[in-house]
Amino acid sequence: MTEIDPITLAVLAGRMEQIADEMDATLFRSAFNPIIAEAHDASHGLYHATTGDTLVQGKSGLPIFVGVMAFAVKAVIEKAAENGDLADGDIYIFNDAHMGGTHLSDMRLVRPYFRDGQLFCYLASVGHWHDVGGAVPGNYNPVATDAFQEAFILPPVRIVRAGEVQTDIIDILMRNTRLPQSAQGDLNGQLGALDLGVKRLDELLDSYGAETIRSALDALGHRAEALMRSELEALPDGRWEAEDFLDNDGITDAPLPIKVALEIEGDRMMLDFDGTAPVTAGPVNIALPTAVATAYVAIKHIFPVLPANAGVMRPIEVRVPEGSLLAAEFPAPVGGYTETILRMIDVIFSAFAQVSPERAVANAYGTINALSIAGKRANGAPWVMFSFYGGGHGGSVESDGLNHGNAPISTATIPPLEILEAAYPVMFRQWALRPDSAGPGQHRGGLGAIYEIELLEEQAEAFLFGERGRYAPRGIAGGGDADLNVFTYEQSDGWHTPPFTSKMRGMKLARGQSVRLETPGGGGYGPPGDRDAAAVARDVALGYLTPQHADVVYGTAWQEIAR
Amino acid sequence: MTGGKMVGVDVGGTFTDVFILDEATGKASVAKVPTTRPDQSAGFLSGLSQETDDLSGIAVVVHGTTAGTNALLERKGARTGVITTQGLGDVLEMRRRDRPRTWGLRGDFEPVVPRNLRLEVPERTLADGTVRTPVDLNAVRDAARTLLSDGCEAVAILFANAYANPENEERAVAAVREIWPNAHVSSSAEILPEIREFERFSTTALNAYLQPEVGGYLNRLETALKGSGFDGEFMIVQSSGGVMGVETACERPVRTALSGPAAGVIAAGFIAEAAGYSDVITGDVGGTSFDVALIAGGQSMLSPQTSIDFGMVIRTPMIEIATIGAGGGSIAWVDKGGLLNIGPESAGSDPGPVAYDRGNDRPTVTDANVVLGRIDPDSPIGGSLERLNVEAAAHAIDAHVGSPLGLDTYQAAEAILRVANSRMAGALRLVSIERGFDPKKFAFMPFGGGGALHAGAMLAEVGIGRAIVPRYPGVTSAMGCVISDMRQDFVQTINRMADQVDEVALGALMQKHHDDGMAVLDAARSGFERREALFDLDMAYIGQTHTVAVPLRVRIEGARVTPPTRAEIAAAFDDAYHAAYGRLLKDGVRRVMNLRSAVIGRRRKFDLLTLAPTTSGAATAALKSTRQVHFGDKWHETRIYSRLSLPAGALIEGPAILEQPDATILIEPDLVGSVDTFGNVIIEART
Repeated sequence: MTEIDPITLAVLAGRMEQIADEMDATLFRSAFNPIIAEAHDASHGLYHATTGDTLVQGKSGLPIFVGVMAFAVKAVIEKAAENGDLADGDIYIFNDAHMGGTHLSDMRLVRPYFRDGQLFCYLASVGHWHDVGGAVPGNYNPVATDAFQEAFILPPVRIVRAGEVQTDIIDILMRNTRLPQSAQGDLNGQLGALDLGVKRLDELLDSYGAETIRSALDALGHRAEALMRSELEALPDGRWEAEDFLDNDGITDAPLPIKVALEIEGDRMMLDFDGTAPVTAGPVNIALPTAVATAYVAIKHIFPVLPANAGVMRPIEVRVPEGSLLAAEFPAPVGGYTETILRMIDVIFSAFAQVSPERAVANAYGTINALSIAGKRANGAPWVMFSFYGGGHGGSVESDGLNHGNAPISTATIPPLEILEAAYPVMFRQWALRPDSAGPGQHRGGLGAIYEIELLEEQAEAFLFGERGRYAPRGIAGGGDADLNVFTYEQSDGWHTPPFTSKMRGMKLARGQSVRLETPGGGGYGPPGDRDAAAVARDVALGYLTPQHADVVYGTAWQEIAR
Repeated sequence: MTGGKMVGVDVGGTFTDVFILDEATGKASVAKVPTTRPDQSAGFLSGLSQETDDLSGIAVVVHGTTAGTNALLERKGARTGVITTQGLGDVLEMRRRDRPRTWGLRGDFEPVVPRNLRLEVPERTLADGTVRTPVDLNAVRDAARTLLSDGCEAVAILFANAYANPENEERAVAAVREIWPNAHVSSSAEILPEIREFERFSTTALNAYLQPEVGGYLNRLETALKGSGFDGEFMIVQSSGGVMGVETACERPVRTALSGPAAGVIAAGFIAEAAGYSDVITGDVGGTSFDVALIAGGQSMLSPQTSIDFGMVIRTPMIEIATIGAGGGSIAWVDKGGLLNIGPESAGSDPGPVAYDRGNDRPTVTDANVVLGRIDPDSPIGGSLERLNVEAAAHAIDAHVGSPLGLDTYQAAEAILRVANSRMAGALRLVSIERGFDPKKFAFMPFGGGGALHAGAMLAEVGIGRAIVPRYPGVTSAMGCVISDMRQDFVQTINRMADQVDEVALGALMQKHHDDGMAVLDAARSGFERREALFDLDMAYIGQTHTVAVPLRVRIEGARVTPPTRAEIAAAFDDAYHAAYGRLLKDGVRRVMNLRSAVIGRRRKFDLLTLAPTTSGAATAALKSTRQVHFGDKWHETRIYSRLSLPAGALIEGPAILEQPDATILIEPDLVGSVDTFGNVIIEART
């Protein structure tokens, strides 16, 4: 292995990251479905030839994919070893979440990259397809009790063999989606992104030589590891715990503990999730790859400047107990994985806040609130409005939390209400910040939101998959908890709350009736008593806080200033 | 407008550039003076008077301004109120549920209009245009009075679905205008009758926020110009690269958000096209950033919107300019993992690079260029500094880069440039890939004072064939002001299936856009070589939210616009979609989202040959001196030429440096520069 000079390394780091960025850009430009094209629910990168570890990942993909992609590559490496005939020009495709993490909507393409007849590394592309079969269009089935009810399941198979496209495989795929045009468009985009990656790697290796690039990739991994170790070294040794709960799994109404013990010893860290609830019947399970990737996401939020490669995770051990809902085996349902990984991130933040509060951020709102309203129009045409809703971010040592942000695992934006009203027979009576929803603190959390949606057609049914109806987002460093997620729906006899608080299916609505989501804010940072009275007075003046609530959580000192 | 002088003035962060074209003599001249703050009009007038005593001979002054951008970035707009639909008062603050940075979850956001100045009134229009709740005008008047008594200078009226039916909003606006003591009342349906409330509300609120500030500045400027004898036409460059009259600019200041940079791209496209290159990537190296734009087939790319800062979205047509934080003032530093980084922190132009001796002690990209002899320390660009401090720059590079990496001063300086060049090259690649182009097929046009120091590196890193350095790279934006066309843009959301479009209604809408635009051209005092009206539909298949722009071929006879038929719309969509994605969807249902119209008055372009070198003879006549310049790993005896004295046809072998008052051009050892008939320097690999 040749030693590489630091300047060439800095240049190559940028060049290789850009290959992944260009692959992202290629897919975003050419994908058919808006989940990829607009919400950028996709990711690309370069992965190690034998371990599958992340070498380089693009900057613009979805956060949760940073880390989870390596498992997709590992699954293909295993499968290819079993087949025993990996060839230049092969491309594997699969969506099996128990092998590759996240959920079945994410289609993963993995392509070996050969140089001079030798396997050099893997390129991979993952993108969220609009529909991959299963019981519910769009694959978000809140009552699935196994993976078969969630989607069509494809294990790793070759869609391209030594450069020959396998149309048989494409035929199977296209027969198993409700939206074949969309799927074909996304598939072409992902294949195009991989082609571009190969072309760019060829150019890079032509100009620098394979040996230099290999050395650079190694060196970047070592540097990332060294960076992580130096961060950990600077932190005190010890063991800290945090526990939080999911409301329920949608099938049985019982709280599900998510627990972490964070241990730091010298330049190493361990995250042990012992004490977490066992596998559940409902879809709040996650597969082991997802759990490990989630730890990565949390770490990267705490240390945002760390590069996106596997070196970062080398000093970190993630222990997930067998049989827990964080290590669900096939075919346990995993469709609601977002709620579970958000709670994992919350407990990691809460534990880390005890180590180094100034590096941590209080809990964000912690639920994606997947709400769908479905019905038939007067002419019989079916419609489904499906969206995720926002909430507040946590306070930090720097500032109050952001009002109405997106989830930490995503960068997706919400559609404008005018787009929703133009497409579906609904009207938003309210689309507003939710006063008093933020966790109090020296730096309070951001505010959650209120969305009240009225039905304009004769009748419809509503489905909700949410969380945080019983356990509020936590503050850190003495900061207070945010408000709970509250979902209510209107009937002829008034407003009701569903028995599972934030999960509900098939709720019937008549024309003029509404559903109302009041989402949590973020947790607070630091004791509320340390908040500047002028800041409290300002929050009251702006209506972020009602005067009564301000008195309760901050005392009455603000009234002097308001006067 | 023949025989008068045409003047372009670009006010940038550091310098005010003036470009004067005398149409009678065909002679052009340029001036560069320091930008004055806070009132930029002083610098503006001093720049003008440097070149001409008599403003009465000026037919037209076109101004590229950063007044709007700065007011937004520094949050120095007016105290502004909002009157909006009941239940939707927080749209501006809730944005589209995004966050400032992907990683870290930190940072908050304050909209330009705080929550207590956003008042809700009973009213509601549905998506199909039905008025469900008529507007309560008493509530509107009360709200306006409350905002006035709270000290608001400007107000924005923002009603849901006003794009579909503006009736409620129009009535509210009329009621407010009766009460409001000034003209600063912005209506969302007037500013942007397009679906997507956050984008419409944000654009409208920012317009209101800018009106007093930008309107005041432009009025002061116009008054001062007239006071100095100017009797011509005063126009402002829009972010789209087209110009508008000063009255329009005062009403719609939000259209000036990227005024200055847009003019630069217009000029770059014009110069490149004349030189025979219609595919160009421009690169402007500023103090804190490197701005890149792509011109394909002679057309610069227009993007429908931009974010000036987190949550500050402006949706008006803008020349698409990608920015990375690697400019001359960007700071070089070594991270804990031992990796050299450039930016995003920047010393900007004040305090500026270490060599400026104004208090910054961390090395910048410019410091590396100074230490390696690429910038002449004895005659800094722009003339406001006497001399650059090479020793201080070298010391800073040693301390912050050399010693942590075990490199000597010159190795460290080369390293800074390598990493900076690599990042700039990355921006060139990405801007072309995102549009589906191969960057190798483009020429590179650096502008700004420092861009041409990095041109050779772009050839080597990206594989681009040649760089074109325009004759006056430091005043490209000012020149762009003089050649920009007059342009009015219109948008209206349609939101119908393509086979259900009401052809008559569409025709009436196109006619209205056409007539409104032509009326503005009529009112202008400029003459136009020709006029045109362009119509695009934003269309998509059902199920897609991202649209493609579908150009319509429209017959206009006399002033009558003949709208396209449904079949023609469908065919035009198929053509555009196929061109973008290489295939059509078999059973896809086509939808028309928006009509976009542009009415353009093409101004007569001046002949670039008027700027061509008048000298002839040998290049050696322009040779000033030689000096030691560091390339790669050693010093080279390098010839220094006076750029503007080089004759057309001159061939300069690298290593060489071409100097002119506002720019430095570097020709590296393995490259050669040739001067074309227009005076551009074409840099290519030595064959």
